Amino acid sequence: MAIGIRKNNQQSTIINQQSNMNSLLRRRKLIQVTIFGLFRLSAAINGIALLVVVYFLVARGWRAINWTFLTQPPMDSMTKGGILPCIVGTLCLSLGAILVALPIGVASAIYLNEYARPGRLLRAIRIGINNLAGVPSVVFGLFGLAFFVVWLKMGVSILAGSLTLGVLTLPVIIGSSEEALRSVPDTYREASLGLGATKWQTIYRVVLPAALPGILTGAILGISRAAGETAPIMFTAAVFYTPSLPTSVFDEIMALPYHIYVLATAGTEIEATRHLQYGTALVLIVLVFGLNLIAIIYRARLQRRM
Amino acid sequence: MEHSLKIKIKNLDFYYGDFKALHDISLDIYSNQVTAFIGPSGCGKSTLLRCLNRMNDLIPISRVEGQILLDNKNINDPNVDVVTLRRNVGMVFQKPNPFPKTIFENVAYGLRVNGIKDKSYIANQVEKSLIQAAIWDEVKDRINDSALGLSGGQQQRLCIARALAIEPEVVLMDEPASALDPIATQKIEELIHQLKKSYTIIIVTHNMQQAARVSDITAFFYLGKLIEKDDTEMLFTKPKLQQTEDYITGRFG
Repeated sequence: MAIGIRKNNQQSTIINQQSNMNSLLRRRKLIQVTIFGLFRLSAAINGIALLVVVYFLVARGWRAINWTFLTQPPMDSMTKGGILPCIVGTLCLSLGAILVALPIGVASAIYLNEYARPGRLLRAIRIGINNLAGVPSVVFGLFGLAFFVVWLKMGVSILAGSLTLGVLTLPVIIGSSEEALRSVPDTYREASLGLGATKWQTIYRVVLPAALPGILTGAILGISRAAGETAPIMFTAAVFYTPSLPTSVFDEIMALPYHIYVLATAGTEIEATRHLQYGTALVLIVLVFGLNLIAIIYRARLQRRM
Repeated sequence: MEHSLKIKIKNLDFYYGDFKALHDISLDIYSNQVTAFIGPSGCGKSTLLRCLNRMNDLIPISRVEGQILLDNKNINDPNVDVVTLRRNVGMVFQKPNPFPKTIFENVAYGLRVNGIKDKSYIANQVEKSLIQAAIWDEVKDRINDSALGLSGGQQQRLCIARALAIEPEVVLMDEPASALDPIATQKIEELIHQLKKSYTIIIVTHNMQQAARVSDITAFFYLGKLIEKDDTEMLFTKPKLQQTEDYITGRFG
């Protein structure tokens, strides 16, 4: 009898423990569901923010978009007509910036990641790059004015603007290129060197092709940033108004972000041109998306080939 | 078969920074034989292997003392070009590491970087190497597909073909079958048996049955020291030292 009671007691403690564990398990699961819900919400906010921005621009700007808007220069003190010079200008500046920044940036990243020995010089260069990334864009604008426009006598021009934007995007390109090079497994380098390839052959034939998709991602980020910047081109490339399209890199141009700024702050009829401002912004966004899309498609094709 | 002295290691010390990884290693390696390095993890067998094609040069804090003579020439001599050395001393790595290129381009790579442009020669050499590595029949119909689509065992045989394409004199294998299943392992072992007719082969393995199956000479390492070296049959049946016996019978390691 006594034994039977003890058995019962033991059983009931085990059952107690089990029900305890069950409630503990429920709590742990509840915590997990809550935390994951918060993560999901955070991720959703990104998408929602983009949707709101795009919706806002489309809702306010789509009426401005028509054939004339896309193919004609501004008319009647920029209250009518189109924005063709701005589109062309922004395309020129973005491509110019990437032509400047991509070769220098990738070359720097190769030096830093593949050749440079760890030490004081390497640390100093890295600090320099990080600081360059932290410099406000208006400072780049003033630097471009003083250095490229005045000192190198380039004048306000596509060339000066592209160089300024190029310097601005350089840290982005270097950072992502280094990241891409670092992610190439060392086993590729060892395999190549083990076959009697030189270091440069290894980099050129194995490491760079493997890193190219990552490098392109950096280029996408760089070009997006360059296309949208206003401050660096204000003093170096963009002008208030010019009806003609550029014929050389020494021409001054109009640009989409600067045009928005001008219409919204210094135009003759700020309220009356609201739809033109939103329309211009919409074109700028579509242009940036378009540039991204080209790069993404190219990257996907590269990755498929591997 | 004629076995001539191919590599002579004389009083070799190796350091990673302050850590001494190899202590006074002296070892002779003969041509057309398979020499196996065995020992527990961290005993220095891979480090020694990577000294033989100076792969350790990639580690900035490493340092070598003593001599390694390949055909009587010190490979660490400043006059020796490391690129030429690696061209003559090929290497197969622990994990299959084909390039993200086509099967053909993987094997042709060594020829191309060594300046060979003759297309028909390259095509012949690629085919010959793939046949030698016993993988030709499996890949001949998809020679222009990505090498990354092959199975692990096929990738490793491709890597062996890639190493053979430039006709090195010595082939170093760093646990070439450790990432493979038993069937793929068997294929690699049969292959090693074939290859020793034309090459000097050194294989690192922590699988003692494998060492017993494929090698002619076995060297046992422990804590950076060469403990015992003998004909494989002798070492596995009548080891001279207690330490060796303890290891091969599985009492430690």
